[in-house]
Amino acid sequence: MSATRHRVSLTVNGAPRTTEIEARALLSDVLRHELGLSGTHVGCEQGVCGACTVLFDGLPVRACLMLAVQATGHAITTVEGLAGADGTLDGLQTAFRDTHALQCGYCTPGILITMRAFLDEHPAPSEAEIREALSGNLCRCTGYQHIVDAVLLAAARRRAAA
Amino acid sequence: MPVASHERRLGAGRLVRRVHRRSSLTACQGPPRELPPRRMKPAAFAYHAAETLEQALALKAQLGDEARWLAGGQSLLPAMNLRLARPAALIDLNPLAALDVIAPTADGGWRIGALTRYRGIERDARIARAQPLLSEALSQVAHPQIRNRGTLCGNLAHADPASELPAVMLALDARLHARSAAGARWIAAADFFRDIFTTALAQDELLIEVELPKLPARTGSCFLEVARRRGDFAMMGIAAVLTLDQDGICGHASLAYCNAGATPQRPRAAAQALIGRRVGAPEIDEAAALAQQAIDPPGSVQADAGFQRHLAGVLTRRALRRALERAAAPETPA
Repeated sequence: MSATRHRVSLTVNGAPRTTEIEARALLSDVLRHELGLSGTHVGCEQGVCGACTVLFDGLPVRACLMLAVQATGHAITTVEGLAGADGTLDGLQTAFRDTHALQCGYCTPGILITMRAFLDEHPAPSEAEIREALSGNLCRCTGYQHIVDAVLLAAARRRAAA
Repeated sequence: MPVASHERRLGAGRLVRRVHRRSSLTACQGPPRELPPRRMKPAAFAYHAAETLEQALALKAQLGDEARWLAGGQSLLPAMNLRLARPAALIDLNPLAALDVIAPTADGGWRIGALTRYRGIERDARIARAQPLLSEALSQVAHPQIRNRGTLCGNLAHADPASELPAVMLALDARLHARSAAGARWIAAADFFRDIFTTALAQDELLIEVELPKLPARTGSCFLEVARRRGDFAMMGIAAVLTLDQDGICGHASLAYCNAGATPQRPRAAAQALIGRRVGAPEIDEAAALAQQAIDPPGSVQADAGFQRHLAGVLTRRALRRALERAAAPETPA
């Protein structure tokens, strides 16, 4: 089959980006290999592990279960988009650092993206709600307890600052 | 990453398990028919973004089985990444925003369109009130990231017998609306699921919407499942609906099970054990025993068929007790 290339124009972390890709290119691969945003990690490529989670028009989705060609006209936020332009970590990232919520860090980008969207919707989550929201992200360093602690801390700090 | 270690989790891992066990995967046609190596990128295909519904239906009529519809893609994309599915073309419905619809019907039912995502249904207060069984089941389907993309109609067209939603559609007596360039027809949920990953849809048809009939007063429902982890496919799940008359006699009952056979299972004898009777513990026990006999669970390394039958009995009793309470509660679906 001829590899027809498609021109894709999307917004990534607030900036307009255009690239030409094959239809079969996954959003996760285009973010990493075409746009140079390797913070989006690729684990299972079958929708199980959650490492590739990005925000698609503000909602967390699996980037490995979307074609990049489908992203034309849409806004993507990757883990690179969480920190400020000057590199200042956002509150959730700071809380992850403060509670040692990562070991190898492979799952961390997907978890940060997932929990960022979760905290926007649930400013005062219970531990049980956090664990349920985390259910779609695998961490194989068995760091869930510290991840839960980090999300609780980030939520508390957000409320205190509000 | 080895697929087998995640086979109970969402998506294609289960597809792989099933393909290992069964020789064909009819929903994912195209060569090669033998098990492919575990590649993790889709094979090349022609991508067609739908321009209008008519154009998309004409294209599907022309391409037939070579083309697959793409809605949420949360079952199709894993299958393509694993190359269990190698469609020559995809017709992407996502540009057709009019298909993202939740709307009341003239006779008090609800229709849900081909692009309506789980998230939209799950958060619709009207559906939670009028069709609480669907809302209850959706909260147990996969994970939020999947529910943000996945669609009800896509799930039904995929026809995974272990999925919650085909069983819910059976229990609710949903009607499924198939459209093609040549016309349209309604298919009862009971006639829609033909075999594992196989539906009554013809190759030129699109499942364009689902219609859920209005539930009568004094109807109670309950969806329960047992899964090893939150968001996993269920080892066994039940969708139960029952309606009481003014004297508290059961006038209608419907029980449907997921992961209980090649299609979602609706053991009518179990429901018949409830109808016309004042439902109490003996009737519930009888229905549970009949359901256990009627279903044909596939068994897996985590739950053999005997354990699945055991779960079906336990879940039937729990779900019927809860549905009965809900049917008798003053606030039943309007």
